[in-house]
Amino acid sequence: MYKITIRDRLLLLATVLLAAYQIIAGLDGLSPLSIWIYTTGFGILLVACLLLIILGFEGLESQGVVIVSTAIPLSISLGLVSVHLPSCFFPYLGFGATGVTRFVLRGKAPTLVLALVHGTAGLVIILLPLILSIQGQVPAGYLLVSLGGGLIGLGGLLLAFLRAGKPLLSQEVIYQLLPLILFLMSLSFLGGFSFW
Amino acid sequence: MNKPKSKLAIAKRKFFPLVKSLQTGLLLITGLAGYMSARCPIFNIPTVLGLTGSLLLAISGSTALNMWYDRDIDARMPRTSKRPLSTGETRPEEALIFGLVLSIIGITWALTVDILYGMIIFSGLFFDVVVYTIWLKRRTAWSIIWGGISGGMPVLAGRVLGTGAIDWVGIALALGVLFWIPTHILTFSIRYHEDYQQANVPTFPSTYSFQTTRLIIAISSILATLAFGIASYGVGLTWGFLRLLVVLSAGLFILAVQSLRSPSERITFGLFKYASLYMLSAMLLMFFAGI
Repeated sequence: MYKITIRDRLLLLATVLLAAYQIIAGLDGLSPLSIWIYTTGFGILLVACLLLIILGFEGLESQGVVIVSTAIPLSISLGLVSVHLPSCFFPYLGFGATGVTRFVLRGKAPTLVLALVHGTAGLVIILLPLILSIQGQVPAGYLLVSLGGGLIGLGGLLLAFLRAGKPLLSQEVIYQLLPLILFLMSLSFLGGFSFW
Repeated sequence: MNKPKSKLAIAKRKFFPLVKSLQTGLLLITGLAGYMSARCPIFNIPTVLGLTGSLLLAISGSTALNMWYDRDIDARMPRTSKRPLSTGETRPEEALIFGLVLSIIGITWALTVDILYGMIIFSGLFFDVVVYTIWLKRRTAWSIIWGGISGGMPVLAGRVLGTGAIDWVGIALALGVLFWIPTHILTFSIRYHEDYQQANVPTFPSTYSFQTTRLIIAISSILATLAFGIASYGVGLTWGFLRLLVVLSAGLFILAVQSLRSPSERITFGLFKYASLYMLSAMLLMFFAGI
């Protein structure tokens, strides 16, 4: 098992601080609903990074990690939909809620449900700012949110395949990359949302 | 050839471990946060210096007195057996004099800063050393209540120094610390259960059960987050700061529930560390909100 290093802890701490800043000051001007949805996403990210700092990467062995790694993109994509496509919010919320069915399903179905919800959430985060930017509805800097979406997708994929026993990279490399991916993702989100 | 060590280096090695720098630092931060929560100007240098100096000395003094009194317990527990009083590096009378001098200077300084502030600091020291350590710690597991009350005194004292009176916000802040203490101490007593058994110190896990202890931790975590939530409303934290406090509180609550549902050494350790980080973060939020 790869042991967490000082560099990893510093990157995770920087991610915690970026998420904290986003929660405190980065959501001004949004509706209360959107603020709380984004707060949920960045809050889960913040607490997850704190626990990684405390427990090290052994914490990633837990089954709960898969759920947490899905909840972050789902919350952020829900926030984006609530701001830019308010008419689609409740149908999308309903779709996201199907993720709960993983707790009652058996066999491979829970994994498929999570993959579907996670994948769709990732695509929403990448594509929605991109389309809005092409249409000229948001500044080009908002594309950083798409970059953040790409990074969270990358991190999610690496962890999901690792958990499934078919790692794309060795466990050590994935754990070495993860703090950097989380930091760059938070930085991208922070930068992107500052253009809103 | 070994170089002779300076007197300062020897004194540092003998006395510095007696003040438990992390615990003292955390309590000092609660005092400063209590003061800043009253929207006091940070550039009020004399008052801030008086608060920092007197609180630091009083807390360090009471910690040294605790260590002096508990030296027999410490010697029997593997976790604490390397402390200078247990190893004999510091003589008991040296530790006693060190603790008394720091306490007396700290309390006197506090009383000169403000009478009410000084009296609260004194009561914190009294509850900690006399009621908690000397009277109850070896008799009942419930002694931690008094440890919690004394732990809440620095934040209350800081608030009193800022506002000039005891108000409900100060009480709520102190209650937050009081309810946080079980989360901190009880996770510790689960983790080092055998140490405490060896030293014959009654704890919740030995008096009741691990599951009851975890239930108490979960309940006290909820109460601590509620008390801090109420206090932060009274302090007037902005919505952004309140949202962050809600996030951190939710993390504490979920960890406590997780420790109840599927207990493990890892979760207990995580909860113990997270609870300390939670307290530090909550106090920093109060502090920065006051600037």
